[in-house]
Amino acid sequence: MPPVTELGMLSIALVASGVIYLAAYLPRHAPLAPAVGLLVAAAVVLGANVALLARQPGFRWTRFREVARWLLLVYLVIAGMIEFAFLYDHTHGAVLAVMTLLLVLFMLNVPLIGGFTVAWYDAPVAE
Amino acid sequence: MAVAEAVAAPAVQRPSFSIVPVRALPVAGLVLVGLVVSIAGNWAWALDFYHVVGGGLWTGVDLFMGFVIGPAMRKLSIPARIELTTRLMPKTLVIMPTLVTMTLASGFQLARLNGMLSGGYDRHAWVVVSMVVVAVMAVTALGLLQPANIAVLFELRKPQPNPAVVQKLMRRFIYAAAVTGAMQIATLVIMTRLAS
Repeated sequence: MPPVTELGMLSIALVASGVIYLAAYLPRHAPLAPAVGLLVAAAVVLGANVALLARQPGFRWTRFREVARWLLLVYLVIAGMIEFAFLYDHTHGAVLAVMTLLLVLFMLNVPLIGGFTVAWYDAPVAE
Repeated sequence: MAVAEAVAAPAVQRPSFSIVPVRALPVAGLVLVGLVVSIAGNWAWALDFYHVVGGGLWTGVDLFMGFVIGPAMRKLSIPARIELTTRLMPKTLVIMPTLVTMTLASGFQLARLNGMLSGGYDRHAWVVVSMVVVAVMAVTALGLLQPANIAVLFELRKPQPNPAVVQKLMRRFIYAAAVTGAMQIATLVIMTRLAS
């Protein structure tokens, strides 16, 4: 079984670390370098995960899309609510940009893991 | 060969069911609209209500699933497990994300309004630790628990569900539920520490 779940969890953990780091400084602005580092690391892991999945022979993409698109819709709503809270709390500038990008990565990782798990077990491959 | 396969993966009966209980979605939608209105209006009582009710239910459900339902399910026969799973799991797909969203969104807003997010707050470290605990729960729930929940429901909708796949996914679900249950105990300690 390719480590899509593990990499997805790592990417979400990096995203969560970035959000906690920024939130721990509120209402002051945190130095952004560590958060940007975590953002880049989360994006690299997500990219590697997508590449790994794209190279799986015989993967059930139809089932993956069926699940992932609904999860994407659900987490788009949740991410939208979180973004609303950021804007409502007057978060702005570079902090808002980094927070928003972290949210986007979070929103993409969840459907990736969910769609992968369902599609993988839909036609289990010998491990 | 056919006999061996039948022994390894006997056919199981399962009731018909919907993966997402559509009738529950308007209720979840109403709860979330109320949450947005409470945040937008800085309505302290409603934020408290959302946080206490959502957090209490989230903690209770996690502990119950991790330490009561999980161990009990391991002792059930395969048909009984499938029966329980098809009745229980679709509901958790709507209930848990709703409870988590209402608890976290209202909690963050309350912490902000009460000054608990500020670095000057004398228990700020506890607030940050609570965020770390939530992060561990989020990674476990989103990476293991929720995908296993959806995958097992897809498997059970097949005309011939594979008990081995169902068992493997349920094992993953139950262990992940135990981890989030343990994190919920940590949350109880932190929240009572913050409130006292």
